[in-house]
Amino acid sequence: MSEINITKTIDARGSYCPGPLMELVKAIKRGQVGDVYELLSGDSGSAKDVPEWVNKMGHELVYCKEDEGFWRIAVRKTK
Amino acid sequence: MTRRIIILGGGVAGTMVANRLAKSMEDEIYSGALEVTLIGDTDRHIYQPGFLFMAFNEGFLEQFTREEKYLLHPKINFVADGAVNIDVEGKKIITPKQSFAYDFLVIATGSYPDMDSVPGLAAGGHTFYTPEGAERLRYEMLNFQGGTIMVTIDVPHKCPVAPLEFIFMADDYYRDIGIRDKVRLKYTYPIGRVHSLEPVAKWAVKEFEKRGIEYEVFFNLEAVDPEKKIAYNMDGSEHPYDLLVAVPPHRGARVVRDAGLGDEDGFIPTDRYTLKMEGRDDVYVIGDATNLPVSKAGSTAHYEADVVVKNLISELKGLPPSHRYNGKAFCFIETGMNEATYITFNYKQPPRPVPPSEMLHWFKLSYNEMYWLSARGIL
Ligand SMILES: Cc1cc2nc3c(=O)[nH]c(=O)nc-3n(C[C@H](O)[C@H](O)[C@H](O)COP(=O)(O)OP(=O)(O)OC[C@H]3O[C@@H](n4cnc5c(N)ncnc54)[C@H](O)[C@@H]3O)c2cc1C
Repeated sequence: MSEINITKTIDARGSYCPGPLMELVKAIKRGQVGDVYELLSGDSGSAKDVPEWVNKMGHELVYCKEDEGFWRIAVRKTK
Repeated sequence: MTRRIIILGGGVAGTMVANRLAKSMEDEIYSGALEVTLIGDTDRHIYQPGFLFMAFNEGFLEQFTREEKYLLHPKINFVADGAVNIDVEGKKIITPKQSFAYDFLVIATGSYPDMDSVPGLAAGGHTFYTPEGAERLRYEMLNFQGGTIMVTIDVPHKCPVAPLEFIFMADDYYRDIGIRDKVRLKYTYPIGRVHSLEPVAKWAVKEFEKRGIEYEVFFNLEAVDPEKKIAYNMDGSEHPYDLLVAVPPHRGARVVRDAGLGDEDGFIPTDRYTLKMEGRDDVYVIGDATNLPVSKAGSTAHYEADVVVKNLISELKGLPPSHRYNGKAFCFIETGMNEATYITFNYKQPPRPVPPSEMLHWFKLSYNEMYWLSARGIL
């Protein structure tokens, strides 16, 4: 596996409102094409919500994996 | 030797911290052992939730405005010059006229909606998130004869429920004046449901369906064509509108960015439990100014103020700052012109909404007045 350069890690654990996905949306909208954002979320819903959003908006899911009691999800901004 | 505390920003958070601190440490202030200075950039204090009511002609700016000096404890030094620099190395705040040294600093400079952050938005859209915006929008709302009113929401923004309140109030308003059949209301949201909080989203969708409000999820505004009146989504789709009401991305105060303290949006990296600025033991950050993943709301500022004041007092008395912020937030939600509900949650506890009632609506309305007691540090 080639190495992934994380542009920024967003720790959204404990966030209900605005919530982890909204924190990611903020970063993606602000970022540059090619940036990779890693989201840390304590909400298992993120494992479904984030890939769905990434898919609809046409970005790229780099990984979505469970860590100890939370999720690590990385997304590349593609446009 | 006199210890000096500076609170930067005289909004919700700054005013509460200054007043509570001054009240709790009155003896020290009177004896000259402690000096509390609040540096704002205006002599007025505006209750921002009032903007929502202004947009529907349910109040005017004067009603939601007080003079800051009358809200403050008489022994607080109030300076309204506005800071142009925050020097955390030299431990001083610089205004155009003076420089103020501190032992402890509390940054409470808030956030502002940036209509320039989306191409075409400033020319093609309206917002009720600023006093001028609410006044301009009121004119449009009252003169609207029919067509599509579209609401777009961006992150980050303060008061995550205000956009929902807006659309429900618009529905009630056009029903009341008898032209609801000519008005198409369209609500949009950036993610796959209509609100980030699942219970709120579920409840809101039911209301939307009952009231005939259209909604579109996965909507992330990328550009606006003010001439053609089209809003463009990140996925490339085009959405025509007659009146565009936007909650644009918010940014932290300019002085924070100028001082090089914030992230790319001007929010200050802050410890989520101690509320200290990262890497600075003598600087607290509170309210909208933090980069914390919590709601940017007056209630958040209120709960954070409790922690910051207790910890400041501890530190001034030579004790460790033992109090922790647990992420608590509380929000009223106006579900129409006559009903309201509320939600509360913290870092560990997800929210559960309660059924809307007229009583909660009256409670929210009375909070519009009670707020002033809260700001004074009485409530
Ligand atoms: C339409 C609307 C509805 C809302 N409804 C609700 C609600 O129902 N419930 C709720 O809890 N919250 C609500 N809010 C959000 C709430 O108003 C904010 O979250 C709250 O004001 C944040 O407090 P703060 O002290 O961090 O920032 P603010 O209250 O914005 O205060 C920041 C202060 O810093 C000052 N400042 C900025 N730069 C400088 C400088 N260089 N020098 C000196 N001073 C400076 C500003 O002038 C301002 O006075 C609403 C907001 C809006 C816009």
